[in-house]
Amino acid sequence: MTAVAVLAAVLAEITTDTWWLIALAWVLTLGAVALYMASVIRRGRRLSRQVPESSRRWM
Amino acid sequence: MIRDALVIAGKDLRLEARSKVAVSQVLPFVLAVVLLFGFALDGESQVLQRVASGLFWATVLFAAVLVVQRSAAVERADGVTDALRMTALHPGGIFLGKVVSLLAQLLVVDVTLGLAMVVLYDVALSGVLLLTTCALLGSVAVAAAGALYGPLVAGARHRDTLLPLLMLPVLAPVLLAGARGFEIALGRGVGGGWQWAGMLGIVAGVYLALGIAVWGPLLEDT
Amino acid sequence: MTQPVTPAAPEGSVAPDRSGALSTSSRGTRVLGALSLVGLVVLVLFSFAFSKPDAELGESIRIMYVHVSTVTAAYCLMLASAGFSIFAMWKRSQFADLAAHSTAEVATLLLGLTVVVGAIWGRMTWGVFWTWDARLTSTAILFLMYVGYLAVRSLPAGFRARSVRSGVVNLLAAAMIPVVRESVNWWASLHQNETALTLDPSISGLQYFTLMLSMVVFAVLAVWMVVHRFRVAWLEDQLSEVGLDAAIEARRKEAVGVVS
Repeated sequence: MTAVAVLAAVLAEITTDTWWLIALAWVLTLGAVALYMASVIRRGRRLSRQVPESSRRWM
Repeated sequence: MIRDALVIAGKDLRLEARSKVAVSQVLPFVLAVVLLFGFALDGESQVLQRVASGLFWATVLFAAVLVVQRSAAVERADGVTDALRMTALHPGGIFLGKVVSLLAQLLVVDVTLGLAMVVLYDVALSGVLLLTTCALLGSVAVAAAGALYGPLVAGARHRDTLLPLLMLPVLAPVLLAGARGFEIALGRGVGGGWQWAGMLGIVAGVYLALGIAVWGPLLEDT
Repeated sequence: MTQPVTPAAPEGSVAPDRSGALSTSSRGTRVLGALSLVGLVVLVLFSFAFSKPDAELGESIRIMYVHVSTVTAAYCLMLASAGFSIFAMWKRSQFADLAAHSTAEVATLLLGLTVVVGAIWGRMTWGVFWTWDARLTSTAILFLMYVGYLAVRSLPAGFRARSVRSGVVNLLAAAMIPVVRESVNWWASLHQNETALTLDPSISGLQYFTLMLSMVVFAVLAVWMVVHRFRVAWLEDQLSEVGLDAAIEARRKEAVGVVS
């Protein structure tokens, strides 16, 4: 519980500071996009191996 | 199409009249909510009167989810959807019939809930015309959404949690407009109450129109 | 990105042919991806180094650059998704069905990011994360609607049933976009709190350019994301078809085995 309290206090402190907030916004956005795309591309590679070559692309 | 609607509505309502689930389960749920919020808000009538409008509509939405879930479950259990597919009834008519039957059940909920709030929260009624219009239009919108999403998720394994996720966000405007309209009718809000009633009408219209349009493909292909 | 060189499958084996495209990348996506990456770098430079803080918004305009673009991209994708859904239901097109799903999924991600970044911006500007601001509230509702779409999409069903069911949910969600925005706007206008600070301050010059740049960059990024996601969706469907065919084939072999 104290760990949570400490974390909350730190976050509350950080998030009053302008530059931390701006950085957080950018990092979250680009980070989320990167994580999502990593997962998509990895899934794509795994599935491509399992599907016969002729069926791999729409065209 | 209208005639088909009445056939379906009649069937659904007879079913409900016989089993009385809406009455025996949903109405007590509604009363429980009113009571529980009385406890939660410490029985302060000032606060209760202020939140009554919003709470009314929130409760209606939750109750509607229950009503729709039950009605969809019954249909699935009895293989009604397959039977409907084989009839020559106009799909739009089937949809409208379901809307009518859900609407009837919801109106019962509305009246019960309203009475409970008047009695338990000491809400003074005023602007009855606006109240009734909002309640009616809002309930049509909710019924139309339920008639559409209910059969859509019927048969899905996780339908009990999926249905609220589908219905509640899209009905958020109904909650908003209904609550604000009620507040104005009860003398607590600012602005034009009939504007909100108009918004409710628009949502109802959108849902009815879309429901009639897509019910055919939905019945055929699922 | 190098393609690993693998030997062709030996004769008579049933292993899938391993030569050819082994990922969802193609020259097109590599171009898009490279453009996005370069664009993002340039954008970050402009947002942080080159453009000055705004007179009205202060430093928080640097958050606007990403916030406005994610929401714009999300709206474009939602509209595209609705269009694809209509086409999929009308023409029974598998391509359109998968395109509807891919665009909706990326849109949902962007909507979620919009809400989070908007809350951060709110924290910066008003000191609280949430003030029931009209735009943020409606965006949150839209986000939930599309989460519902994705949930319906994941229900096990045949291709046709899935296409129609999710198409219906998509169309309803799209139809509700203007309703949600309007009703929440009316509601917000009743409150007249400090959120009357408009998000359309008059900006010009370098800031305007940066904003436009960010919209373009995020648009390209979004397209890149959708193409990859579409290809993955296509592969997933192919796999279930292949799986189905293989199962039918196995049944047939069994039957032959029993008879002979």
